[in-house]
Amino acid sequence: MTSLDRIEENRKARVVDIQGGWGIRGRLGQMGIHPGDILTVRRYGALRGPILIEVHGFQVALGRGIARRILVEGVE
Amino acid sequence: MRIALVGQPNCGKSTLFNHVAGYRAMTANFPGTTVEYTETQTRIQGHDCTCMDLPGTYSLVSGDRAEMETRRHLLFGEVDLIINVVDASLLGRSLELTLQLLELEIPMVLCLNMTDEAQRKGIQIDARKLSDLLGIPVVPAMASMGKGLQELFRQALQVWQEKARGKTQRFSKDIEEVIGRMTFLLEADWPVREKVPTRFLALKLLERDPFFLQEIEEKKNLQSRLRPLQDRLEEAHGVPAEEVISSERHALSMNLFEKAARIIHPPKTDWRILVDSWVTHRVFGYLILGLVFYGFFNFIFGVGGAIEEPLLRFFGHLSEGLKDLFGPGSLLFFLTRGFLQGIAGGVAIVLPYLVPFLVGLSLLEDVGYLPRVAFLMDVFMHQIGLHGKSIIPFILGYGCSVPAVMATRILEFPQHRFIVAILATLIPCAARITIIFALAAFLLGPNAALFIFVLNLVVVAVSGKILSLFYPDASLGLILEIPAYQVPPLGNTLKKSWYRIREFIVIAWPILIGGSVLLALMEYGGVEGSINRVLSPLTGLLGLPESVGTTLIFGLLRKELSLIMLTQALGTTEVLTVMTRTQVMVFTVFVTFYIPCLATIAALWREIGKKGAFLAVLFTLAVAIVLALAVRLFGGIFL
Repeated sequence: MTSLDRIEENRKARVVDIQGGWGIRGRLGQMGIHPGDILTVRRYGALRGPILIEVHGFQVALGRGIARRILVEGVE
Repeated sequence: MRIALVGQPNCGKSTLFNHVAGYRAMTANFPGTTVEYTETQTRIQGHDCTCMDLPGTYSLVSGDRAEMETRRHLLFGEVDLIINVVDASLLGRSLELTLQLLELEIPMVLCLNMTDEAQRKGIQIDARKLSDLLGIPVVPAMASMGKGLQELFRQALQVWQEKARGKTQRFSKDIEEVIGRMTFLLEADWPVREKVPTRFLALKLLERDPFFLQEIEEKKNLQSRLRPLQDRLEEAHGVPAEEVISSERHALSMNLFEKAARIIHPPKTDWRILVDSWVTHRVFGYLILGLVFYGFFNFIFGVGGAIEEPLLRFFGHLSEGLKDLFGPGSLLFFLTRGFLQGIAGGVAIVLPYLVPFLVGLSLLEDVGYLPRVAFLMDVFMHQIGLHGKSIIPFILGYGCSVPAVMATRILEFPQHRFIVAILATLIPCAARITIIFALAAFLLGPNAALFIFVLNLVVVAVSGKILSLFYPDASLGLILEIPAYQVPPLGNTLKKSWYRIREFIVIAWPILIGGSVLLALMEYGGVEGSINRVLSPLTGLLGLPESVGTTLIFGLLRKELSLIMLTQALGTTEVLTVMTRTQVMVFTVFVTFYIPCLATIAALWREIGKKGAFLAVLFTLAVAIVLALAVRLFGGIFL
C-alpha cells in the first residue's frame, strides 16, 4: 500500500483509505472518489503541481497534499 | 409555478435554461459558472412559470457559497417543482444529488442530459427502469441541441398538476431504525422555524448539518436525545454519523445505477484524452498556455486597433463639422460635441476591443480550457497562498471585475474569497485594457502596454504574498473536476457574448453619453475648474495637467469614461500635443490600478462586506499612487 502521489503516470490504483477528516472525505466523495474506487493517474503537474486523475470516466485535479492522503494499492 | 433547475456543476443546466429563456443565462464549460441564480418568466402550455437556474452543486451537504445558495433556495425559496438535470455519462455520481433532492419531497422530474456523451462512453441507460425505481419521470435529452426539452416540460407540468412525489429511497435497516426514532422525536416537538419534511430534518440533524444544529442550539432536551442516536450509528459502522449516511447514499446510488444502466462497450478511445496529454504536459502545457493567451491578446489588439483608428478619425471630422455649424463658443456646440463624444467612445474606443475580447473569452470558456489553466497554474498560485481555482476569477477579471468578484464564490474558504476578490479588482478589466491599448500602446508603442500588463501581474503576485501573510492558508488543496472538452455550440457562445456586450450597451453606454454631455456642460459653465482644483494636490503630486482631475472622478463611474473624458478635458484627440510621453504613462498606470468602479465596489461590498470593500478602495488607491509616482520619477529614462 502506498499513497496516490507515488503511483506512476498511466497506472491504475484502487483507493484503500482516505486519511483525514470528514471535510476531505466528503469533498472527494462528491467527486466520486471513495475507498474501493479505481483511479488512473493521468498526469503529474510540473514542480510538485497537482495530479490529474481519471475516475469513473471523468477527470479530477488533486493537489499533492490531498493525493498524499489517499492511500491506494496498485492494480494491474 | 416556480421551477428550479438543479444539478451538479457542468451538467448542462444553463444550456437548458438558455433554451427556455432565449439565451439569457451564462453557460461555460467550467464548474461553478452560475454563481448567482438567474430566473426568467416563461409560459409552458398556457401556464405562467418562473424558471430558476440555480448554481451547480455536488450535494446538499454544506459546501462552498454557490452551493449554499442553491440549498437556501430549495429549502426556503418556495419551489413548486424541481427539474434535476443530470449528465447521463456521469449517472452514478449524479444520483447522489438526486437522492438528496428526493428527500425534499418536492415534485420532481429527472432530465437525463448529454445522452450522446453517455453513448460514446458505452453507457446504456434504461430510462423507464430508472423512472420506476425513483418514482419520478425520467426524460432523455440533449439540451445543447434542444432535443427532448418539449417532452421534459410536458412531464414537468403533469407532475406539478398531480403534485406527484418520488419514492423515498430506504437505507439499511439499522439506519432506518435510527431515522425512525429521530422522526418520532421531531413529530412530538418540532424544533425549528423552517417547514421542511420530517425525514429530511431528521437526516440533517443526524448528519450534523451546521445550519440546523444552530437552529436547535437552545433545545438542550432534543440535543441530549440526538447524541445517543448519532453514537449508535458511529458504533455500528465505525465512522462518524455524517459519513455513515453519506456512504449509504453512495451505496444506494451505485445500486440504482447498476439496476438502470449497462456498460455495453468500453469507452471509445477519445481524441480528447490525447489532446489533454499535451495541454496538461509539464513543458508543452505551459507553452500552449502562453501561445493561447498571446494569440488571444494579439487577436483583440489586432481587431480593435484596425477598427479604432479610422473610426476615431471619422468622429474627429464630425466634431470639426459641429464647430463650424454652431460656432466654437455656443452652448449647442458643447452639448452636441459632448453627445457625439459619448457615442464615439462606445463605438470607436470600447466596442472594438470589448467585442473580440468577449467572443474570445466565451470560446475559451465553452471549449473547457479554463479548468486546464487552473491545473497548470495551481503550483504558482500556491506561492501566493492560493490554489489553482483562484485563477478563474483573475481571468474573468480581464473581462469585467464584477463577475470576477462574484466568481470568488467557487472558492471554499472565506480567506481565499477575501484575498482573491481584492486581487481580482487589480486585474485590468476590458475597459481598462482599452485605456491601456488606446493610450499606452497607441501613443507610446506596444512595449509600454506590455510593461503595464507585466507590472500588473507582479503587483498582483506581491500583494497576494503580503495578504496571505495576514490570512494564512487553511485549505485542503485543489480538488477540481476537469470536464471533457466540448465543441462549443457556436450559437450559444455568440449569444453569451452578445448578452455580455448588451450589458455594456444598455447600462454603461447611456451613462457614458450622459457623463460626456455633463462634462461638456461643466466645461461650458466652468464648474470643471473647481473639481480640478480640489484634485490638484493629487494631479500635482503625479505631475499631470490639472485638467485631468475630473476624468479620474468619471473613472469611478465607468473606467472607460476616464479615457473618453480625457480627450474631452484636454480639448483635443491629439493627446501627445498637450501631454508628455511620461505623463501619458503616469496617467495610464494610475488609471489601471486606482479605485475600482462603483459597480465593482458594490459587488465587493456584497461578497466580502463593507470593511473588505473599504479596504479594497484604500489599497488600490495606495498602490496606484505609489506606482504612478515611480513612473513619474523613473519613466523618463525609458520613454
